[in-house]
Amino acid sequence: MTEESHIRANRWKRFSDWDERPLRLDKFAAEDAASGFAAFNSPYDPKPGLAMGSGVVESMDGIAVRDFDMIDIFISKYHLDPEIAPEAMAMPSIEVARMLVDMNVPRSTLVRLAHGMTPAKLAEVVAHLSSLEIAFAYGKMRARQTPGNQAHVTNAKDDPLQMAADAATAVAFGFDEIETTMRVARNSWSNAVACAVGASVGRWGTLFQCSSEEAEELKIGMAGFTSYAETLSVYGTEKSFIDGDDTPWSKAFLAAAYASRGIKMRCTSGAGSELLMGFHESKSLLYLEARCLCLQRAMGVQGTQNGGVDGAPVTCTVPGGMRELMAENLIAVWLDLECASGNDARATESEIRVGAKILPYLIAGSDLICSGFGSILKYDNSFNPSLLNGEELEDYLVLQRDFEADGGLTPIGEARIMELRARAVDAISAVLEELGLAKPTADMKQSVIAASGSDETRTFSGRDVAMISESIFARSITVIDVIKALAARGFREEADNLLKLVRLRVSGDYLQTSAMIRDGKIVSAVNDPNDYQGPGTGYRVSEGRREEIVAIRDVLTRQEVLRGEAQFRPAEVTRIAYRPVGPAAVTANPREVVIGISPAFGVKLFQTVAGHPLSAILRVLIAGIAEGGCTARVVRMRHTADTSFLGLSAARLAGSGVGIGIQAKGTAVIHQKDRLPHNNLELFSNSPITKLEHYKRMGLNAAAYALGEMPEPVIVPTRGEAMGSRYHARVSMIYAIETEMTSEGAEPEEIDIKFLGAAA
Amino acid sequence: MSDKTLTVADYPLAEKRPEIVETKAGKTLDDIGLDAVLSDRVTLEDLRITGRALRQQAEISKAAGRPTLAANFERGAELVDVPQDVIMRTYELLRPGRAGSKDELLAAAKELRDVYGAEGVAAFIEEAADVYERRSLYKKRY
Repeated sequence: MTEESHIRANRWKRFSDWDERPLRLDKFAAEDAASGFAAFNSPYDPKPGLAMGSGVVESMDGIAVRDFDMIDIFISKYHLDPEIAPEAMAMPSIEVARMLVDMNVPRSTLVRLAHGMTPAKLAEVVAHLSSLEIAFAYGKMRARQTPGNQAHVTNAKDDPLQMAADAATAVAFGFDEIETTMRVARNSWSNAVACAVGASVGRWGTLFQCSSEEAEELKIGMAGFTSYAETLSVYGTEKSFIDGDDTPWSKAFLAAAYASRGIKMRCTSGAGSELLMGFHESKSLLYLEARCLCLQRAMGVQGTQNGGVDGAPVTCTVPGGMRELMAENLIAVWLDLECASGNDARATESEIRVGAKILPYLIAGSDLICSGFGSILKYDNSFNPSLLNGEELEDYLVLQRDFEADGGLTPIGEARIMELRARAVDAISAVLEELGLAKPTADMKQSVIAASGSDETRTFSGRDVAMISESIFARSITVIDVIKALAARGFREEADNLLKLVRLRVSGDYLQTSAMIRDGKIVSAVNDPNDYQGPGTGYRVSEGRREEIVAIRDVLTRQEVLRGEAQFRPAEVTRIAYRPVGPAAVTANPREVVIGISPAFGVKLFQTVAGHPLSAILRVLIAGIAEGGCTARVVRMRHTADTSFLGLSAARLAGSGVGIGIQAKGTAVIHQKDRLPHNNLELFSNSPITKLEHYKRMGLNAAAYALGEMPEPVIVPTRGEAMGSRYHARVSMIYAIETEMTSEGAEPEEIDIKFLGAAA
Repeated sequence: MSDKTLTVADYPLAEKRPEIVETKAGKTLDDIGLDAVLSDRVTLEDLRITGRALRQQAEISKAAGRPTLAANFERGAELVDVPQDVIMRTYELLRPGRAGSKDELLAAAKELRDVYGAEGVAAFIEEAADVYERRSLYKKRY
């Protein structure tokens, strides 16, 4: 400070720091039930209730039959089971809530009860649960035992080459479904062909959908390119339903139409959609979503994509928003629907909120944890960025490893990815050429194979893509044509993979609840039902699956670290010689500072964690001591490798009573002979950021202490780096070398140091 | 083929009961290989689901405790042979404000019943026709 300030501050500067964090880009909304901003309980929500006369519904959730809107009519007729409803509605909600988290109550018992519960009842029950209880109940209640995941595969250029490469990449990471959409609506056919071809590279069985306008999407499905659809949106109020240009009957008809074409289908709903559409009727987000979900079961769809979805960002602006998203997913699985559990639209700019949002799903598992994980970069995501994206995919892989949780993905090596991307680009190029649609150049292909995102590609123009797409449609090209083109150009394996996917339609097995393909076999809620009833039951990560999950890249092994250390030896022996000259004794020289080096120092280990050669460290320490007016003596300790004891032992040998202890990894201490072991004079604990100048000043200060002075302590400045996460694995391996070389009671050994040649 | 109602033990049919899985033209899953596609012995038509397969899946859904899913499969089974343009036209008509009157929906239901034997779907559309009247949906939206 050069000037004294007399102005009284009016703000704690931490708030300014907080203003700069990504979190503050998120905007939060006050709870306001009348305006639709209430997650769980709105005073305008109806009380659960059901009146029946001779097996016929007379009123539901406080609304008399004559006042039913379309949604009420549909739910009361097709969802509510009159045999079960009286029993289920009579049960206290708190009791049902406890059953949801009671591992001894089987899932089937609860699913049966849900068939007799109204939307308000379902919402009231789950509202009793804390976030932890919701996550637990979700893990217990989800329909299929084995968890899975879904990816978005899109790019900003609608480039079919990149689409194919990224589809193959997503398949390799293990996504069970991939979903595409386009920037320009007319490119849907090109996207569909490119993703279908890309997804056939490497293995078969990844289901694929092309999200487009309802009628167009069904046409693309009819041409055989897609295997599922999930963009059949439903809404919790009649007005939003109509604004969404559908009715429960039109959507149910479309659901039957998809079944009739052998295409897997799920609906989409989620908190916040009615709020965004302006027709929320002042009801809570959860109650409206409960209506959507009862409606979906009533329509007979096998599953839902919910958990906010596009409404997740607005839901996360209200108190309890994230808890609400989990609660609505729970209602979905309780209603026995397959659940693609949201975690797609990026609901926050805060990476901490992202991590917190995904964790319950990762550890509870879900049919499709994300209902689209952005496998591509954020700017390439034509749906808008996902909660997790290409940028963060490795973070997710590590979370799987951290929690030993199966998030549906598998780490994959760099060489394999390049191989698959090249194969996918070659395959789609062959198809485009064979069908006379386009002729990609070698440069286009190479740029796409290596590209992380479309900013880096030199590929088709927007006009080229539109012409490819319109040509596919105009010429009525079907999946059969694509299969033949692949085979004709030598991509028999891909042709066969694509055929196998289309062939799923014949038996329709994959239309059942929560169906996916694993290792060429159908896995669904029918043949892989969730049987969770406590520890030892339900989904468990098998030993084989665990091996896959933990195999992230760049994992340190002891052998590699030791091999790395050994590489530094040849250079060090040209710089320094350590010559043992017998047991070290205490001297009477008051100007002597002893440097106690660790057992492996210069013997098996040759540089600090910061990368300084040990010869350089000793050189500056000795120089500093000399500059401070003292002399240095080097002693190797063999009874300990601990910094404090190295320092204290050195101090007790020094004529001045002051010593320096230093480990090979660079951790160093100034000690004084009469002090307690851990009460040193100065300590450099962060060796990775300790510079040579700091060691030099440590030498100077040690000399000053020896001379009875009180120097300014040397502070190694830290900026809060997570030293432990960066270095502790390596440090532990290195330090084990030191401890292995210690032997109890071994005497300190005096070392004659000779510096050879020039300084490092 | 057995007439016994299918259960979850028969699922997946392609693995457990391949002998009852066949295309409209009577081909089995084994007949639908890559070489058959390349020699035009299999066409896109052979890769379609049949009404029978959907009814089989409906039996499995019921056995698995999913009656509403089964009902959807049964409606789907009725629509298998309904041409795409009729499907799309009917869907469009069911959207809000497309039908100007109840009669248009009733005519669509009649066509599905009389021409395609889609009794369940027809009844479903007739129900919609009533509900749309009650909820005043027969008005132009654009």
